[in-house]
Amino acid sequence: MTDKSKLGFYLLLMPLMLWLITLIVLPHIGLFMVSISEKIGVREYETGLGNYAVFFNEPLYWRTFARTAFMSIFTTILTLVLGFPVAYYIAKLTRGRTKTTLFLMCLIPFWVSELVRTFGWMILLRETGVLSNFLQYTGVIGGPVEFLYNDGAIMVGLVYTSILFMIVPLVTTLDSLDDSLIEAGYDLGGTGYSIMREIVIPHAMPGIVSGCIVVFMLSLGNYLTPILLGGKDSLWFTGLIYTQFITRFNWELGSAFGFLLLALSSTIVFLGLKLSRQSLTETMGR
Amino acid sequence: MIPTIPQTNVLKWSYRAYVTLFFIYLALPLTVVCVFAFNDSVFPSLPWEGFTMAWFFGTEAPFIGVFNERSIMRAIGTSAFVAMWVAGLAVFVGTCNAFLFVRHDFRGKGFLYILMLLPLIIPGVILGISILVFASSVANTLEDATNMWFDGLRPGLLLVILGQFSFITTFATLVISARLQKFDPSLEEAALNLGASKWGAVRQVTLPFLFPAIMGAGVVAVLMSFENFNTTLMLVGSDSPLTITMFDKLKHGSTPVLNAVSLLLMIISAALGLLALLFQRSKE
Repeated sequence: MTDKSKLGFYLLLMPLMLWLITLIVLPHIGLFMVSISEKIGVREYETGLGNYAVFFNEPLYWRTFARTAFMSIFTTILTLVLGFPVAYYIAKLTRGRTKTTLFLMCLIPFWVSELVRTFGWMILLRETGVLSNFLQYTGVIGGPVEFLYNDGAIMVGLVYTSILFMIVPLVTTLDSLDDSLIEAGYDLGGTGYSIMREIVIPHAMPGIVSGCIVVFMLSLGNYLTPILLGGKDSLWFTGLIYTQFITRFNWELGSAFGFLLLALSSTIVFLGLKLSRQSLTETMGR
Repeated sequence: MIPTIPQTNVLKWSYRAYVTLFFIYLALPLTVVCVFAFNDSVFPSLPWEGFTMAWFFGTEAPFIGVFNERSIMRAIGTSAFVAMWVAGLAVFVGTCNAFLFVRHDFRGKGFLYILMLLPLIIPGVILGISILVFASSVANTLEDATNMWFDGLRPGLLLVILGQFSFITTFATLVISARLQKFDPSLEEAALNLGASKWGAVRQVTLPFLFPAIMGAGVVAVLMSFENFNTTLMLVGSDSPLTITMFDKLKHGSTPVLNAVSLLLMIISAALGLLALLFQRSKE
């Protein structure tokens, strides 16, 4: 390497290092340090795991954590089950222009702010909303019904927000599956079910995994949808973090919560990648 | 189930019905948001009171339209300011990163690449609080040491810009790297043979080739910045961007003025999306 190209290399390296160190690495180390410090007086702290102890001793906190995790897993499964047929339809049963149009239509929600999407669901589901009025008009229900402010509404919103992140990778992987493989499966006497299980799903596995990882992460870290669509009892863990940071100003506990959430989401991502024998570079770096 | 394999009609039609239902589900919330922007009522809900443009241009309370609602116009300005900075920074750093990862081999490259991808899997709220905590502790240290004020490191626009920049840069890097990988280095070599300087060759040959990707990444960065909520929520100070302002209004009960803003946002996004597609087109 000549001196000049060495200089060029370091000039290119600088923005990257500056970005990663000051905005990603150091802040997360800092977050961890704050999470293991306990306040014992005005601007006096000592190191300890007290904040984590608070989390495990207070049922409200760990129950909300578990609830958030389970509902996110459920959202992921629901998204996969609902999205797979649509992705399969787009990838295998449509051609040319129809295919492009349907695929682009799936992307529309992405171009619209999450706030707007959630607002749309509020208009649809509230007591004076479109759905309630429609059902009264058709005579299914007698009076106005509140569909908003419950866990079902949260699920509808979460699935809506994240389904495109499931469909896009699924369409991409299913698209690369050669039709003749499926035909061969039928020729060899396979049933629709066995072909699904032994040809289509194994082939689509990379797409399934990357879709599931993204959807799970997005649901876990979501704040808007659970807060706006959920009721008074529908707590979400990001809501607790916000409360500790902004309302209670208890940054130590809030940091501990944040770190737990980060640990959970990283673990799931790691397990997902390990189970499917993929690397982060392949799955995310497309 | 593929077109060449015969299926019963019942199966075929129920499958089609399912896919149709799915697209209705996809379109429904966006449609109602748009439709109720024109409802002549102070609530964005039924009954339908008639068509009005008051939520866009109205001047008399309670029908104050978007264009006369100061708080919303100011928030749009703030969002645009933030988005410009974020897009500019993200595209600049993204371009540098692309050259670094595509053109250079060095020790620790794989590790840095994974580190570069990490912002994709860190939840936005966590990214927000970690930057908040870090900036505050830096500010505290500096203030103790120098007895001066470092308000820029307290929640506010600077932190919002940094917070959004911290993960949008990853997208910019991926988009621009993908394009740079397709570049034929012999073109640059030809420029060098013809007497161009190294930097001259990059500026005259490589950067014009990257231009569509750079513009595309910029458009996506602007969109992501405009839409971002989670990271921004944790870092916002007194000047709030549009999504935060709308969220506050939504919590305190909504009027169709929010529908009108949403409709405008959709139109802007659609325009930007088309722009990104056009840049994508010009690649081929």
